[in-house]
Amino acid sequence: MTANDVSEVQATGVTWGSDGSAVARWERACFLTDLFPERGAAALFGNVQVALFRLPEDPLDPADGGPVYAVQNLDPFSGAYVMSRGIVGTRAGVPTVAAPVYKQVFSLVTGECLVAADKAPQGDLPPDLRTYEVEIRDGVIHVGLP
Amino acid sequence: MVNSGISQHLVVIGGGMVAQRLVEALRARDDAGRYHVTVFAEEPRAPYDRVGLTRWFEEGPEGIALGDQALWADPHVTLHTDRKIDSIDREAKTVTDRLGHVHAYDELVLATGSSAAMPPIPGNDLPGVFVYRTIDDVAALRGWVEEKRRSYPEGKPVRGAVIGGGLLGLEAAGALTALDAQATVIEFGTHLMGVQVDLGGGQALKRLINGKGIGVRAETATSQLKPHRRTGHVGRLDFADGGRLDVDVVVVATGVRPRDELARAAGLPVGERGGAVVDLSCRTEDPHVWAVGEVACIEGRCIGLVAPGNTMAEVVVDRLLGGLAEFPGADTATKLKLSGVDVASFGDAHARTEDAVEVVWADPVAGVYKKLVLSDDARTLLGGVFVGDAGPYASLRPMLGAELPGDDPSAFLLPEGGGAPNLELPDEANVCSCNNVSAGAIRGAVTQHQCTDVPGVKACTRAGTTCGACLPLVKKLVDTELERAGIEVSTALCEHFDLSRAQLFDAVRVADLHSFSDIVARFGTGTGSRGCDICKPVAASILASLGNGHILSGEQSTLQDTNDHMLANLQKDGTYSVVPRMPGGEVTPEGLITVGQVAKDFGLYTKITGGQRIDMFGARVEQLPDIWRRLVDAGFESGHAYGKSLRTVKSCVGSTWCRYGVQDSVGMAVELELRYRGLRSPHKLKMGVSGCARECAEARGKDVGVIATDKGWNVYVGGNGGQTPRHAKLLAEDLTSEELLRTIDRFLMYYVRTADRLQRTAPWIEEVDGGLDGVREVVMEDSLGICADLDAAMARHVENYEDEWKAVLEDPEKLRRFSSFVNAPKGADPSLAYVEERGQRRPATSEERATGVVIAGPRLEVRA
Ligand SMILES: Cc1cc2nc3c(=O)[nH]c(=O)nc-3n(C[C@H](O)[C@H](O)[C@H](O)COP(=O)(O)OP(=O)(O)OC[C@H]3O[C@@H](n4cnc5c(N)ncnc54)[C@H](O)[C@@H]3O)c2cc1C
Ligand code: HEM
Ligand code: SF4
Ligand code: FES
Repeated sequence: MTANDVSEVQATGVTWGSDGSAVARWERACFLTDLFPERGAAALFGNVQVALFRLPEDPLDPADGGPVYAVQNLDPFSGAYVMSRGIVGTRAGVPTVAAPVYKQVFSLVTGECLVAADKAPQGDLPPDLRTYEVEIRDGVIHVGLP
Repeated sequence: MVNSGISQHLVVIGGGMVAQRLVEALRARDDAGRYHVTVFAEEPRAPYDRVGLTRWFEEGPEGIALGDQALWADPHVTLHTDRKIDSIDREAKTVTDRLGHVHAYDELVLATGSSAAMPPIPGNDLPGVFVYRTIDDVAALRGWVEEKRRSYPEGKPVRGAVIGGGLLGLEAAGALTALDAQATVIEFGTHLMGVQVDLGGGQALKRLINGKGIGVRAETATSQLKPHRRTGHVGRLDFADGGRLDVDVVVVATGVRPRDELARAAGLPVGERGGAVVDLSCRTEDPHVWAVGEVACIEGRCIGLVAPGNTMAEVVVDRLLGGLAEFPGADTATKLKLSGVDVASFGDAHARTEDAVEVVWADPVAGVYKKLVLSDDARTLLGGVFVGDAGPYASLRPMLGAELPGDDPSAFLLPEGGGAPNLELPDEANVCSCNNVSAGAIRGAVTQHQCTDVPGVKACTRAGTTCGACLPLVKKLVDTELERAGIEVSTALCEHFDLSRAQLFDAVRVADLHSFSDIVARFGTGTGSRGCDICKPVAASILASLGNGHILSGEQSTLQDTNDHMLANLQKDGTYSVVPRMPGGEVTPEGLITVGQVAKDFGLYTKITGGQRIDMFGARVEQLPDIWRRLVDAGFESGHAYGKSLRTVKSCVGSTWCRYGVQDSVGMAVELELRYRGLRSPHKLKMGVSGCARECAEARGKDVGVIATDKGWNVYVGGNGGQTPRHAKLLAEDLTSEELLRTIDRFLMYYVRTADRLQRTAPWIEEVDGGLDGVREVVMEDSLGICADLDAAMARHVENYEDEWKAVLEDPEKLRRFSSFVNAPKGADPSLAYVEERGQRRPATSEERATGVVIAGPRLEVRA
């Protein structure tokens, strides 16, 4: 199966979140295995673009498949929807992604902009990224949308 | 000249180095705009670095530009070039220029410098006799030597002689050999550089000069210059001892005469040996007339060095602004600027001080002679002479007049300082004599002005910007100060690696590692760390330079910046641009049609790049494979415009079509581009090839520039455009095509291995051991014994090259990376918006988006 198959299901595959209060609906994105480890991928839900990142698995528990983080795909510093194409890494142990345009660094956990690289966001966009809840159910990544 | 009424009019006669300094200092200090300054220069150009005149041969006029050229655009400054002043009327306070225009002044400064002295030898006006003072002189000299060479059969050398064996004469002799002419120096006195160096030093110097292929005839008086029978050009020198020397060109460098003719005519007192007499405030007898630089006769003499002249300029500016500065006396330290010959002297080199003690260290075989002159108690430093190894000069010269630490002053003369106590220079010690910069000022640049490297300190203090002799000492001071301030000059890449890029490169190569995981595990700082956006691309580049297969294979793909990951260049709206390689800027009509058709079908904006090829903009991630399939099918391959790697080899059309071309520059450019395509490097690499010296390909603006000569190719390195443009400098001359490739192979590999992250070739050459000379020794003479290794590495690169795009198209797993959305792989990014401009589309601005004038979304084509 590939991501394609999931997107075909997507039209009908809307699930409503019963847990997190911020989550109004859960959307299926793709299979975990559709994501390349340590790289990002964008997912499109209506007009909402989300950047997904699959981090390396815990060497002690490879079956786990590694954590997945979701943040907005919009890069506040360039105004382009490109966050999924940044390089992932760590800063002081915190998993991060670097914006591919002007190289700001953001926490993948909180979305906070850790390195602004002497730049200001476009227009009145906030510098931090919004984050989305992620759940993996039976190998399928679900993203919690507001 | 408009006089504002409030400001005073300062007229400066002469547009030389000291005039430049005077104007610069005035503009730096005269905040209130009290003076408008007008400079009348006889030469047809703005002041330039006369001290560096010999560099003109290699670097052209830009190489010896002096100071910030913006100075001449200052509204308070007027510069008239090619405008000699013919007379001064002190009564009326006016000067008259060569056009007969009269200019009033409030204050007048004579900065007319000197002219080369021409001894009254019969025949001194024959064609082919030159002096060595101005750009026009050296340009004429070069033209003459080249003309002579052309008129001779292949292989017959042009024979030159230099009359005068002082600093200037030796520099001129070096220039003659650089022009491929033979050179013999004729010296009247007992030895070379008699003013600065004693007999022992002069003898060591002669051996060194002979070693450069330059002949020396000391104790020889020239009685006449005889014309050639047929041409009437200078053809022979006759000496008083009956000897003769056949010549094609003669440079006379027997000293300088102050240009005090205006002062004399204006009735101002002149010194016994010429020069406008001034007091310690640099004022002549007339309170409104000043003299600075070589024309000034101060403390009874004229001084033929730039540093005292600059000091006088500062004194006059201070006085004009109401200060009370006085000329503090001259530092007459000198260093010969002849490459490969180290000579320097300072202070009382001839030990003329009463009871002075001399300490000499000589190695006649190596041509080394070093001498310190000390006070009678052998403690206070009075002077020194260094021939063959001027190493101690930079650190000892500032100690002039001070007590040397330690018990044994001879320790300072041993090779490598042989255990001499570390000299802690006092703050007031003058480190840069050209620009009068003290050790304290250099320390201050680090501690107070946050300069953290030598270029920064140079810009901040001007130290080292003229003759460069003081640079080793400046660097030492800066390093010490940084260390002391606890500013670690950290070369660590990032928190994940303590190593610099060069160190990591070596470590990975030697440890034979092939994956990032192994590199982190072996050389990373912390357990479990997975790198970041800084170290990952560095590791990616290192792995690629060492040949580890496709950059998108396996774990390597996680290290790539988005450009390398998508094999395209990210643009501001999140789309990419596509650049197929067009080696040497060559493209067939069919190729052009394909490119045009692809651009049209995908609605891409097209533009010719600065690198002689075509860029197509606005391609979305999911379109890239379709675009490239068409390009690859038509025979194109990746242009690596996205990589820190070879971009293009720009070329002119060369001898195949051009009337002037002497070699096939396009053919060479194509060969170079195909050889180095895909070579991953610390930063992007650009090259150029011109088919003759006219340099239409602007090759010297590139990291590697190749210029055709009658005999082969000259190769220049370290050029770049950008924010700090640099002209490439000559690495090697008249190479065969084969030698050229080998030289560039080694240069590039040496750079790839040792440069810092994102360091282009120019700053790398500045920092690498020994600078350009060091690079030359490594790649031309194999001084490190690594050339076989470099050659092998490049051979591997050439052999293993594959087109990255072709490989992607053949591999479904790699192709999967080119999806826009993981849940809609072919879906277009809905945020993209375009407007039409000049018949093509471009990204809409945020205003255009807001006001809704957006014309087309991501999918719509501009034209039907
Ligand atoms: C090859 C070479 C190497 C040197 N190396 C060193 C070195 O290593 N260290 C060092 O300290 N010094 C060195 N010098 C000497 C140094 O260049 C001079 O000391 C310095 O340039 C003096 O500056 P100045 O402004 O007094 O005179 P200049 O630089 O000679 O400028 C005087 C200018 O005034 C112009 N002028 C003259 N009369 C008139 C007029 N009537 N109207 C208008 N313009 C007029 C002249 O054309 C000239 O351009 C070197 C000189 C040469 C030629
Ligand atoms: C004397 C014979 C020369 C010939 C036949 C020649 C030919 C050309 C041609 C055909 C072009 C391309 C023009 C275009 O793109 O529209 C060009 C561009 C150029 N030439 Fe020359 N040229 C000559 C001399 C020079 C000289 C002496 C210089 C520099 C000192 C020079 C510098 C340039 C530059 C900078 C360009 C632009 C390069 C670019 O487009 O990137 N040319 N030349
Ligand atoms: S550099 Fe020389 S060969 Fe090349 S185009 Fe210019 S004039 Fe012709
Ligand atoms: S001593 Fe000449 S530049 Fe510093």
